[in-house]
Amino acid sequence: MLNNIYNIFFIPEIFLACSSFVCLLFGLFLKKNAFRQTSNLAVFVLLLTILLVYYDSESNFANYKSLFSHSSFINFFKILALLGSIASIIISKDYFLGIKLKNFEIPVLFLFSTLGMMLMIASNNLMSMYLAIELQSLSLYVAAAIKRDSISSAESGVKYFILGALSSGILLYGFSLIYGFTGSMNFDDISFYLSKYDNLNLGLIFGLVFVMVGLAFKVSAVPFHMWTPDVYEGAPNSITGFFAIVPKIAAVALIYRFCLVPFENFYLEWSQIILFLSIASMFLGAIAAIAQSNIKRLLAYSSIGHIGYILIALVAANDDGIKAASIYMFSYMIMNVAIFAILLSLKVKNEYLININDLKGLSKSNPIVSLSISIIMLSMAGIPPFIGFFGKFYVFIAAIEQELYVLSVLGVLASVISAFYYLRIIKIMYFDESKSEGIINFQISFQSKIILSLSLFLIICFIFYPSLLINISATLTI
Amino acid sequence: MIDWPLVSVIIFLPLIGALIILFIKEDELTSINIKWAALLATLGTFILSLILWLQFDYSNPSYQYEEKFRWFDDFNFFYHVGVDGISLFMILLSTFLTPLCILASWNNIKKRVKEYMLSFLFLETVMIGMFTSIDILLFYIFFEAVLIPMYLIIGIWGGNRRIYASFKFFLYTLLGSVLMLIAIIVMYRNTSSMSIDFLQGNYFSYNTQLFLWLAFFASFAVKIPMWPFHTWLPDAHVEAPTAGSVILAGVLLKMGGYGFIRFSLGMLPEATEFFIPLIMTLSIVAIVYTSLVALAQTDIKKLIAYSSVAHMGIVTIGIFLVNQQGLEGAMMQMISHGLVSAALFLCIGVIYDRMHTREIEFYGGLVQRMPLYATVFMIFMLGSVGLPGTSGFIGEFLVIVGAFKFSSYVVIGAAFGIILSAVYMLYLYKRIIFGTITNNKLADILDINTREKIILIPLAISVILLGIFPNLFLDPMRLSLELIITNYEIANAK
Repeated sequence: MLNNIYNIFFIPEIFLACSSFVCLLFGLFLKKNAFRQTSNLAVFVLLLTILLVYYDSESNFANYKSLFSHSSFINFFKILALLGSIASIIISKDYFLGIKLKNFEIPVLFLFSTLGMMLMIASNNLMSMYLAIELQSLSLYVAAAIKRDSISSAESGVKYFILGALSSGILLYGFSLIYGFTGSMNFDDISFYLSKYDNLNLGLIFGLVFVMVGLAFKVSAVPFHMWTPDVYEGAPNSITGFFAIVPKIAAVALIYRFCLVPFENFYLEWSQIILFLSIASMFLGAIAAIAQSNIKRLLAYSSIGHIGYILIALVAANDDGIKAASIYMFSYMIMNVAIFAILLSLKVKNEYLININDLKGLSKSNPIVSLSISIIMLSMAGIPPFIGFFGKFYVFIAAIEQELYVLSVLGVLASVISAFYYLRIIKIMYFDESKSEGIINFQISFQSKIILSLSLFLIICFIFYPSLLINISATLTI
Repeated sequence: MIDWPLVSVIIFLPLIGALIILFIKEDELTSINIKWAALLATLGTFILSLILWLQFDYSNPSYQYEEKFRWFDDFNFFYHVGVDGISLFMILLSTFLTPLCILASWNNIKKRVKEYMLSFLFLETVMIGMFTSIDILLFYIFFEAVLIPMYLIIGIWGGNRRIYASFKFFLYTLLGSVLMLIAIIVMYRNTSSMSIDFLQGNYFSYNTQLFLWLAFFASFAVKIPMWPFHTWLPDAHVEAPTAGSVILAGVLLKMGGYGFIRFSLGMLPEATEFFIPLIMTLSIVAIVYTSLVALAQTDIKKLIAYSSVAHMGIVTIGIFLVNQQGLEGAMMQMISHGLVSAALFLCIGVIYDRMHTREIEFYGGLVQRMPLYATVFMIFMLGSVGLPGTSGFIGEFLVIVGAFKFSSYVVIGAAFGIILSAVYMLYLYKRIIFGTITNNKLADILDINTREKIILIPLAISVILLGIFPNLFLDPMRLSLELIITNYEIANAK
């Protein structure tokens, strides 16, 4: 019951929106240490938002209900995105200070982008979905180009913007077709309208395909992935970390909700598209990563591959698929947080690490770090007993439940190919002889250390008590 | 009986040792502490596993020392471990060989001692874990986790082409085992159970069985390895350090045979019946072909590696005869090969440590300078050939006896392979040991020292013990094997 108008501020999104403005003003009026203080405040705000999401009750003022939906799946992904956001702000703080990029706008941009993601995950209406996507993307375009004196950063920002705008256009065109043929923007209304028909007419199919293309761009599924490696490479490392960790969570939740809510009865139509995207992403991600020497490009292709596996669970389209997606996304976030926490603290000859070959000799100069990287890599490759294995395991359970045998076999084959480049990183650290020792140094702040240890702990110890996460994910409803 | 979780202690004791080692700071002085810690942990594990054998109930065909805890809340996955007659000696083999491996690398591993010992202790945990798992998911996790330490052992401490060999080893075996993962999930979907014990029956339709069988075959045939999936083995053996080869030949290859018995025979009997001719053909080709290849090798380690493939051919024949003699023979052959090939690799390690080459041409006339070495080497060489009185004889004899019930062509193939094995082993022995010393570098080579005696003599004793008192080993496993055969026959009699 909303008797009190102030209760509106306890809706997580509204709270986050207001706090983001407060952060902006806070940073603006602060003379010294604006970046550091704003970052801390942003982390605090995000923590409060998590609490609000966790204790969230149904919010039903004005048109809210028709625009945004409310379910355990949504809340899970919201919390995941918020956690990812917090982790990436904390681990990137020292990096920004290190490269003297102290604009206090950065954490504020992250906040706005996170807000966009929360709205994206919850959106239940084509219009709110589009606006949320734009809010999220616009903040990210700016973030990618934030290093104003760097050509590569500007290039990556512009590339991201142009391709993003194109995909948004396609998305919007798809929306207009769906709206035109169904007469509604609301997911539930669309679903209700479509339930009267056995098959989609041509206009709706076109609309669906256009929307799928737009969404595939947002999750960077092959063949709409071209921006990912370039943007990852060009943007400052910490921004890349944010790109890798958070927006994927929101985009995956969105593509799940879009396929499973308004179009749930037209499984055959969209599953073919997703099936293709999934297979193409797994294989291209695995094969293209082999040739990379830039660690950021490698992680870009690795994330493309991971998206392929998550889409397998979407093709399965059953309860196990939703469970698999949440477990996989959780493991994906944890692994990326861990690897970026390390990358953002590794310096080679006073430059932040870019080239994979610079990792040579790390196992001698810094055995703990190289052991951590190895564990993360094995986990990403899906080798038991680490968390990455369980993500893949649940995905395959979902796929086999739906009798997608060929897809599962292709999935495991792609995972063998991808194991090759993950192993290559271990090989460089451990097997290659290095003549120049001691040029790599690892400096990590206390806060990042906590984040890193926590995520490594989860990666290694998930096997001992998997039920903690699995019980939560088993109850999720879309 | 024992009322404390003996099996879990055996599984995790090496891991605890590894954790302790993790906190020892490594430098010149402390590396000896690390070695001692690793040795004590593995010896402790071995002694505990002996209790497992002493307290073993011979009259119980199913699992003993069972421990079961809920692991996943949403599926029927359990932490479920136990020991039966089939796994008992696999566990003993693992716990017996690991301390010997630690001893064998006492002096010749100079760089990164800490990581080396960590890898071996982790490897021991996952090996024992794999043989004791009664839950298939648990089995799978251990089965794949074996790759991690082995990859590091070959890649870091291996020879010149170690990187190629380690990648080939890892990717080849991973490719096989991921297909098994799919099969495991399909099994779970059909039966809602992951218990190896429960699934020992005939629960799947004929067509499902065929696909499941192929998926399991992909992983075990690579692991054991069967011709034509064996090509990773010579590379891995040649490049691995001595102790790595010992574990690889002694235990990891047995994982394939163990898997065949448990999964293919136990769970997919009808499909096994269908695929028996395929297995027999591949095995005979393996025995004859790899024996001939072994004959042509110039590298001692490669020769032993190819002989392993041939010996494993005998094992697969024995397993897929699915009769008492065949299975017992296969088990004996696995145990015997575990001891003999491990010992042979250790023997090669002895001369490699001294001369740093494994070329057969380099050696000759070692008996002049190393009489004791020549004697031990001879025991193992004869064990490998299968001379009566050594362990190798029992296995080969039983398999051939069993094979007569199946087809005399198989017998001819297997016997021909055994003759060839005598040819290449005796020829190897003659070239290395006999004659006069022609190479001047060998003029002052030293005979085996105390440490090497401690390693080799227990192995020599057990090879002979196994040959003279096979019942010591056959009795505990007999009922478990009978159970598998009975289930198999019931399923196929329908």
